[in-house]
Amino acid sequence: MLEIRIHGRGGQGNVVAAYLLATAAIGFGRQAQAFPAFGAERRGAPVAAFVRIDDQPILRRCQVREPAFLIVQDQALMHGGVTAGLKPGGGVLVNWGGEDAPERGAVQGEVIGIPAARMALEFLGRPVPNTALLAAFLALTGVLPLQALLDALAQRFKDEVLENNRKLVEYAAARVEAGRWREAAHALGA
Amino acid sequence: MPLALEGSQAVARAVALCRPQVVAAYPITPQTHIVEGIARLVADGRFACEMVSVESEHSAATVALGAALAGSRAYTASSSQGILLMSEVLYNIAGLRVPLVMTCANRALGAPLSIWNDQQDSMAVRDAGWIQLYCANNQEAVDTTIQAFRLAEATELPVMVCIDGFTLTHTLEALDLPTQQQVDAFLPSYSFSRALDPAAPISVGTLVAPEYFSEVRHAHHRAVLAALDEVEAVDAAYARITGRAAGGLLEVRGDSAARIGILALGSVLGTLEDAMMRQPELPRARLIKLRAFRPFPAGLLRRACAGLEHLVVLERAIAPGSGGILGPEAALALAGLDDGPRLHNVAAGLGGRDLPLELYSDLIALAAAPPRPFGIIDARPERLPVEDR
Repeated sequence: MLEIRIHGRGGQGNVVAAYLLATAAIGFGRQAQAFPAFGAERRGAPVAAFVRIDDQPILRRCQVREPAFLIVQDQALMHGGVTAGLKPGGGVLVNWGGEDAPERGAVQGEVIGIPAARMALEFLGRPVPNTALLAAFLALTGVLPLQALLDALAQRFKDEVLENNRKLVEYAAARVEAGRWREAAHALGA
Repeated sequence: MPLALEGSQAVARAVALCRPQVVAAYPITPQTHIVEGIARLVADGRFACEMVSVESEHSAATVALGAALAGSRAYTASSSQGILLMSEVLYNIAGLRVPLVMTCANRALGAPLSIWNDQQDSMAVRDAGWIQLYCANNQEAVDTTIQAFRLAEATELPVMVCIDGFTLTHTLEALDLPTQQQVDAFLPSYSFSRALDPAAPISVGTLVAPEYFSEVRHAHHRAVLAALDEVEAVDAAYARITGRAAGGLLEVRGDSAARIGILALGSVLGTLEDAMMRQPELPRARLIKLRAFRPFPAGLLRRACAGLEHLVVLERAIAPGSGGILGPEAALALAGLDDGPRLHNVAAGLGGRDLPLELYSDLIALAAAPPRPFGIIDARPERLPVEDR
């Protein structure tokens, strides 16, 4: 079972990101579960959401305390302890607007940053980093084909918005090294 | 092909498949997405019903009651303080023996204020005379919601479908929805035998003097008990049409040869089963998933516990000053057995505290420990002032 935790701020589409990833997995024939860390959600407040992907029915409903991967939608949260519990050898994908690569700090795994909000601003006209991060995550891990994400997006959007999301997915996926986290995903998801 | 659906959206679609003529509800977390989902289906023209926006839960229940009394299939949903505000009407609905369906998206009760999940709200109205069914996952929530209408109409009793708030309502997973044709075959259009009709007037809700009150209560108690058979019959009928049952009165999972049993209601069972399967070094348990809390299937529970040395009863609510709620009912059901299990009664996961995989080993450990009085197993009294520990 692959367990993923998504961190962001209220309004950044954290639950949407979790639902999109699980929807993509289910559409691809996998078992999946997605749910928010149930807070009283307010725009700007730190929030989290969880995704599980497996080939077996998923029975547990506890929060994800030891994720294989983290997706962080706001780089400022990297200082707020969001990497706690990351499995050794796992990875952190962060929406990163800085010139230098993100610092790994005490994280027991690789930290990769992409300017997801900037990409979204360019393709969608809104700085919502979730779709670009998901595309990069799928490219890095190979957990699902990009088409599965595009199919999930097609359940939510149509016409021009869907087309812009498709371009964003392809652009963001090409900005990371395809398959770089494939072995980690395989090892930590077993 | 299963659909990727949030629990609340799935319940909304299940309600629509049942074609209630009247839905009345007032939004409250974590029930809100269900009502929003129904409202969206109505607004999109995908579900034809009278959707009544009300100013309180008391009115939501009252509108549903009135609609059902007028012969409509009626539905409402609430949580927590909303259930409490409805409680006067909930007793009346049941006492008047009016069939309708309500979803309780289970949430803690204040004070202290909490929006998070436990089962104190439905437990607070356990004695209102409703049928109460608890769902362990969102597929059961879908299937039980549909079954609830047939069960209500067959028994002329209201049915409360209890779904753990957030843990189920806000979780997206792969779900099968039956087709409209399947639901129509399972749930034909319905005619309430005591519907209000100006051409044939009857009195409803009259004063009952001491001379007859006990007999009315007796009849109500008998009617809810008699629903035991109907809960199983409706589940079986549903399985014949959809190929999928939803757990009958109770379901035994895990290891039938185990010495230790765990009895619980709702979504925690999945986490316990997962923990057991992934930790083969721990003792096995017989997991008893109680779906019907009202009526209480005492006889079936006795059979489910046969051969157990220990039964751990896990509560998601408490009775302060007494202890558990499910525990004493289980104890009564098992009383008098020569070789009945020793009972261990604990609560966990109150007010949304996460129920982790470690809960399984904590519960199993109770069997090996000296008997202890009821307690909240995941509370940390050391965080309290000394005098409160």
